[in-house]
Amino acid sequence: MLKDKACIVGIGDTPVCRKPGSGLSEMGIQLKAAVAALADAGLKASQIDGIMPFPNLGKAEAFAANLGCTNLRFAATLNMGGAAPTASIRAAAMAVATGVADYVMVPAGWNGFSGARVRETSVNDPDAIPGARIARDYYMPFGLTAPPQWYALMARRHMHEYGTTHEQLGAVALAMRKHAQLNPTALMHGKPLTMADYLASPMIADPYRLLDCCVETDGAAAFIVTSVERARDLKQKPIYIMGAAAGQPYPADEITNRPEFHRTGLTNAAPEAFRMAGITPVDADFAQIYDCFTFEVIQQLEEAGFCKRGEGGAFVENGGIELGGRLPVNTHGGLLSHAHTLGIGHVVEAVRQLRGEAGERQVKGAEIGVVTGWGDFGDGSIAILRR
Amino acid sequence: MTEMSYDKPLPAMEGLSKEFYDWCRQGELRFQRCKCCGTFRHVPREICAQCTSFDWEWVRSSGKGTIFTWTVVARALHPAFGDAAPYAPVVVEMEEGVRVLTQMVDCPPEELKIGMPVQVNFKAVTADVTLPYFRRA
Repeated sequence: MLKDKACIVGIGDTPVCRKPGSGLSEMGIQLKAAVAALADAGLKASQIDGIMPFPNLGKAEAFAANLGCTNLRFAATLNMGGAAPTASIRAAAMAVATGVADYVMVPAGWNGFSGARVRETSVNDPDAIPGARIARDYYMPFGLTAPPQWYALMARRHMHEYGTTHEQLGAVALAMRKHAQLNPTALMHGKPLTMADYLASPMIADPYRLLDCCVETDGAAAFIVTSVERARDLKQKPIYIMGAAAGQPYPADEITNRPEFHRTGLTNAAPEAFRMAGITPVDADFAQIYDCFTFEVIQQLEEAGFCKRGEGGAFVENGGIELGGRLPVNTHGGLLSHAHTLGIGHVVEAVRQLRGEAGERQVKGAEIGVVTGWGDFGDGSIAILRR
Repeated sequence: MTEMSYDKPLPAMEGLSKEFYDWCRQGELRFQRCKCCGTFRHVPREICAQCTSFDWEWVRSSGKGTIFTWTVVARALHPAFGDAAPYAPVVVEMEEGVRVLTQMVDCPPEELKIGMPVQVNFKAVTADVTLPYFRRA
C-alpha cells in the first residue's frame, strides 16, 4: 500500500554543540535546518504545503509563517517524543501518497544543552508527555523523575531475566563512540573511549552510568518527503520509503504495569514495517537505532526482530554493531556520541548512507537501512529506507 | 511523622489520585477492583480495561508483594532529591497482581534483590499526604 510510494528528497542539519550554546532560538535553529533541507532538495519554501513539527517545539503555523509557506494544508504533530521524527516519515508518506500534501517538511531540534534540559521538562509540566500526570501522581513523589531512571527499571529487569551485563551495555557505548571518531561533526569526535573508561564513569541511575546516557545537545535537522512522481524532478537521488510503522506500548502512559515488561511500541510496529517492505531484518545493511541510553539499543534490536528477546546483549558484543560487523548501528555516533537531536539525526544519517555521502563511515554498498525512534515511556517507530 | 518543611514533589490530590492517597492517609493500601470481572488495576483508571465496566470498588490490599525491578539513583536529577541520593525507586508486584512504584524504608540499595518479599509501610510526609513506602516482609 505505502511501499515505495514516497521518498525523502531533502535533508538538512545544523552544527551541534554544548557550551556555549547555539545562540539561536529553538525556532531559529530548526528554521536553519529546514532552509538547508530546501536547498538540498532544490525546492522553494512556497512549495512546502505540509509541516510536521516535533511535540512542544514549535507549531506548524509558526514554521509556515517564517518560511513563507503560503499554501499550508497539512499540519500534524505526533505525540511520541523521540519516536516522532521517524513516525512522521509514515504520516508524511501517507499525506503525499494520497495527495493531501505535495511536499511535507519534518523539522526537529532544540537547545537541549543551553536551554531547558530534558530532565527538567519531561515531567514537571503535567502536559509535557502523555504520561506526565501519572508520573506526577505516582512516580515523582518517590524520586523517579527523569528518563534514565524510568528506563533503568527496564534495563535492570532485563539483566535479571536474561543475564544482560554491564559490559554489554558498555559495548553499545563503545560502538557509538567508535563511529563518532569517523564523523567530524560528532560532539565526541576526537574523544575515543575504552571499556575501562566506561566502567569507571560515575553511576547515574543503576545500571546506567554517565556513559550510558546520551549527550544533551543544541542542534536541529529537517527532512522533506514527497511522492515518487514528484521526486523524479528534484535535485537529489530519491531515497524510497519501503516500509514504515509506529506503535504504542500497553499501557502507553504508565511504565510499571505492562503485562510484558519489555514489550514496546516497536514490538508492534516492526513486523508491520518489514511486511510492508517485503524484507526481513537480515536484509538491512545498517540500522540507526534511537539510543537515548545504551540498553534501549539492545531492547530495540530485540523488539525490532534483529535478534530474539534476551539475545540483544550477545548481539552487540564483539563488534557486532560496529562498522564491519553484522549490523552497523548508528554510523554517525548516535545520540550517545554524535548529538541528541531528538532522533531526527538518525533519519538524516540513514539518507546520507543510502546516498553514499557518509565519507569515512560509509557502509560500503549500502542499499537498505532501518531507522527507529523511541519516545516517552516506550513509544516506537520504524522506517525502512532504500536507495 | 510529618516533616514540616517537606519539599519533594507531591501528587496533585485530585480525582482518583486523591481517593487513592486518602486511603493511604487512613493506613490502608487499596486498589480498584472491577465489580464485573474482578480484575484489579493500578494506577487508578475510569473503567476496566478487561471488560469496559464502569462499576468498581476500592478493595483493601494485603499490602504484600515482591520486588519486580529497581534502580538506584546515584545522582539526583531533580533538585528536591539532591540530598536524598543515593536512593532506590523500586517496583513492587503486589499479591493482587498490580505493580506499584515506591521506595524501601529499610533496605540499603546494595541489598535490593528482585523477588525480595516486601510489605507496605506508610509514611506521612505532610498533613494531607501519606505515601505507600515499603519495608522487608
